Amino acid sequence: MPVQFSDTALAEVKRLVARYPEGKQKSALLPVLHLAQDEFGGWLSTEILDYVASLLKITPIEVYEVATFYSMYNLKPVGKHVFEVCQTGPCMLNGSDEIIDYIKEKLGIRPGETTTDGLFTLKTVECLGACGYAPMMQMGKNYLEHLTREQVDQIIAESRK
Amino acid sequence: MGRKLLLDKAHVENIRLYEVYRREGGYRSVEKALKSMSPDQVTDEVKKSGLRGRGGAGFPSGMKWSFLAKPEGVPRYLVVNADESEPGTFKDRYLMEFIPHLLIEGMITSSYALGSNNSYIYIRGEYAWIVDILEKAIAEARNNGWLGKNILGSGFDCDIHVQRGAGAYICGEETALLESLEGKRGNPRIKPPFPAVKGLWGCPTVVNNVETIAAVVPIINEGGEEYAKIGIGKSTGTKLISACGNINKPGVYEIDMTISVEEFIYSDEYCGGIPNGRKLKACIPGGSSVPILPANLLLKTAKGETRMMTYESLADGGFATGSMMGSGGFIVMDDRQCVVRHTYTLARFYRHESCGQCSPCREGTGWMEKILWNIETGKGKMSDIDLLWDIQRKIEGNTICPLGDAAAWPVAAAIRHFRDEFEWHVNNPEEAQKRNYGLAHYADPLVVTA
Amino acid sequence: MAEQTNTPANLKVTIDNITVEVAPGTTILQAARQIGGDVTPPAMCYYSKLEGSGGKCRTCLVEVAAGSAADPRPMPKLVASCRTPIAEGMIVKNITSDRVQEARAGVVEFLLVNHPLDCPVCDQAGECHLQDLGYEHGKEGTRYEFKRRTFEPEDIGPYIQLHMNRCILCYRCTYVADQLTDDRVHGVLDRGDHANISTHISKAIENNFCGNMIDVCPVGALTDKTFRFKNRVWFTKPVEAHRDCDQCCGKVTLWQRGEDVLRVTARKDEWGEVQSHEGKPGWICNTCRFEKKKASDWVIEGPTKINRHSVISQGHYLGLKKPTETLPAVMDGRDPKLMMDIHSVSEVNRVDISELPGPATSDNFKK
Repeated sequence: MPVQFSDTALAEVKRLVARYPEGKQKSALLPVLHLAQDEFGGWLSTEILDYVASLLKITPIEVYEVATFYSMYNLKPVGKHVFEVCQTGPCMLNGSDEIIDYIKEKLGIRPGETTTDGLFTLKTVECLGACGYAPMMQMGKNYLEHLTREQVDQIIAESRK
Repeated sequence: MGRKLLLDKAHVENIRLYEVYRREGGYRSVEKALKSMSPDQVTDEVKKSGLRGRGGAGFPSGMKWSFLAKPEGVPRYLVVNADESEPGTFKDRYLMEFIPHLLIEGMITSSYALGSNNSYIYIRGEYAWIVDILEKAIAEARNNGWLGKNILGSGFDCDIHVQRGAGAYICGEETALLESLEGKRGNPRIKPPFPAVKGLWGCPTVVNNVETIAAVVPIINEGGEEYAKIGIGKSTGTKLISACGNINKPGVYEIDMTISVEEFIYSDEYCGGIPNGRKLKACIPGGSSVPILPANLLLKTAKGETRMMTYESLADGGFATGSMMGSGGFIVMDDRQCVVRHTYTLARFYRHESCGQCSPCREGTGWMEKILWNIETGKGKMSDIDLLWDIQRKIEGNTICPLGDAAAWPVAAAIRHFRDEFEWHVNNPEEAQKRNYGLAHYADPLVVTA
Repeated sequence: MAEQTNTPANLKVTIDNITVEVAPGTTILQAARQIGGDVTPPAMCYYSKLEGSGGKCRTCLVEVAAGSAADPRPMPKLVASCRTPIAEGMIVKNITSDRVQEARAGVVEFLLVNHPLDCPVCDQAGECHLQDLGYEHGKEGTRYEFKRRTFEPEDIGPYIQLHMNRCILCYRCTYVADQLTDDRVHGVLDRGDHANISTHISKAIENNFCGNMIDVCPVGALTDKTFRFKNRVWFTKPVEAHRDCDQCCGKVTLWQRGEDVLRVTARKDEWGEVQSHEGKPGWICNTCRFEKKKASDWVIEGPTKINRHSVISQGHYLGLKKPTETLPAVMDGRDPKLMMDIHSVSEVNRVDISELPGPATSDNFKK
């Protein structure tokens, strides 16, 4: 099946490109990749990257270079829910190591892995700018802060519903 | 109570909404600037205010503005750096989340001063929900005539766009940010040329931190000289400090730069002291890149003077006995915490965030991380400590952008002030190997109780 | 102050106590090259014929002791000489600065910590800039005690062999692809210590000028597949030759063994860069480089001048007397394990020499 954005997404691409001067449509690359990741199941295959290149009239390698540089783009399939737990200094001071260990134990996976049912992916990430509300993780667009073991239980239970 | 200029209205109910913000006196600075001041007069007020860049480097903002090249027929750009990624720093997020119109107002006034008709906010990709908040605020401002063509009949056109990053600390470096905004990898540019001459799409550009641009609002409303009266010496105005780590009240505080570090940590108005009856061990006062200080040097300078929350006082003693204001990311460690492990997490952070363009940073950050991991997990040698010192020294100052320095300084300072803790790890490998979730095995003799 | 005139005046710059006049816009490195000799900083990423190159490797760092005559303050940090323009009255220290020497030794160490050091099986050996740099500024032994970084091998086509493990990320090949070819299909992917040269999709790099990527590569990351394991460069004899080519300048260096043409490259200048002919860089096309492998394809001009310090000039093993002892006699019954047959070495990339418990042997490579 050829990769194709929905009409809404295409309209959004148009809006994004219009924010830059004529001929600078490459500037829309990062937002359009976000859009593509949301649109196509949370990760970016080579076909999708090529499609984005054709939309923005740039070469595929320009898209590959960018997609592999930024940590938010998934170039491999991920689970339905992605837990991105911050592990940098300030979170570590407030027990992020314990939270990561607990999630590992609960889900039976290591960071970078996805559960066999395809529901959860665990990632350890570096500082997300929520140091005062540590330990924390990002799930999709949201930050879940002041994490405790109980909250982790609750988040996993709710995600399973 | 210190004066608050940025966050005084942040908790007014519904201040995120245009009507409320306007009712509380919002957008006065735009009116004042566009109706009664020339762009150069706005720049002059910022110069007079003594405002220093709030992103970390502390460069005088008015001077930065005056460097902007103004060739005929070439657009100029204002780009706001909202790529807040320095560990320990979450102040811009707070400002944008709670009082987004303050940033938009500051941007319109600043864009007028700089002659930018299209200004951009580059925000870190993870702050996705804040993008929505900002876009809503921009739409409200546009609907009420503060953005668009011929604003307030002044003949000045301006629009603001929000660009989302995608996970890269390095994009907080202004030229990497511009590369990213152009849809490229976040590789810092080699300078010269500087953005003031060749910035976004090759045009003259000013890149300022969120807080810096927000501070333009009170500067224009009250006048640069009035603003400069707040604070001590060259630390004028108010500064947002994001406090985290082992304190009772983590969060974002606006301080006028007249209080002591001790007051900031222990006063109930701010951090509220160290929880659970623990003692203060160390603190990184300005974001993860700046040198860590042991408690004794944090509260008092080497000369025995009270250390103040100002640019000058925090830097007193240079790197030997002082630190930096940096981005205002204030990370407090109590006496349970392990400096080696904390330094390791920072080294890992900088290795992860290095763009990989220049050799010292690309190769050196990973090397330091590996050695620190060995020491932390009881596999280190005594010579590793000297090796670490030598590696950081060969990174510092030799890289394209300041990320190299940012990676080197925390390691240097940790060894400088906590060398005995590193040595303890080497001398007690079995103890060090025990899984301890980052808690210290080793009690520091310099811990201070207030 | 000098009198203001409309014609750009020459600027005076002093590098390691030698003063030279240069045109405005000249960088410190170019000025040092005008002086030549030891005061010229080494450059691993800068390439004067590739726009935008330089600034990355940090081997050319120098100390600016005085910024200019007008503002004689020193620059606080060492600067990349390849990207720093000269100002009138600038004073630069290169080999006369201990700071520079120390920083450079540091950079060399950084470039080598993850380098596989597989020179014995690397086609670049003998003309490798990293070898030269390590020889001049490096130390014996390494302080790096960890597993060296490796990358999965990638096939980028019939002409160019990519050995990512050896790459120092100078970016020169990406500039070649950008500036000499129509569609760049390779680039720098990933980030930080995992940044790598790749096409992402193992696509053949096929453009007719892509062979120049080999010539600009300072190390053995991009080598000529048609020359792979054919010979060591110091056994070959470089001669200047030309042919009428409708694609390129047709001026090349043939690397011969006897009458056989083993390899064709562009002609290099004393800085290791492609020579300019009539003011234009002498890039050559793939036809000249890969297809014209007979001496009769070319008009031979004469032997290439090689710096006498280069290993290439050390001897072409011509007129040598055959040793009287046989190899088994020399080995005295020991098993000559290190004498591997280079033609049988297929995937050098897969062997991590730093992981081996002892010296590498042919068995390690035959896996």
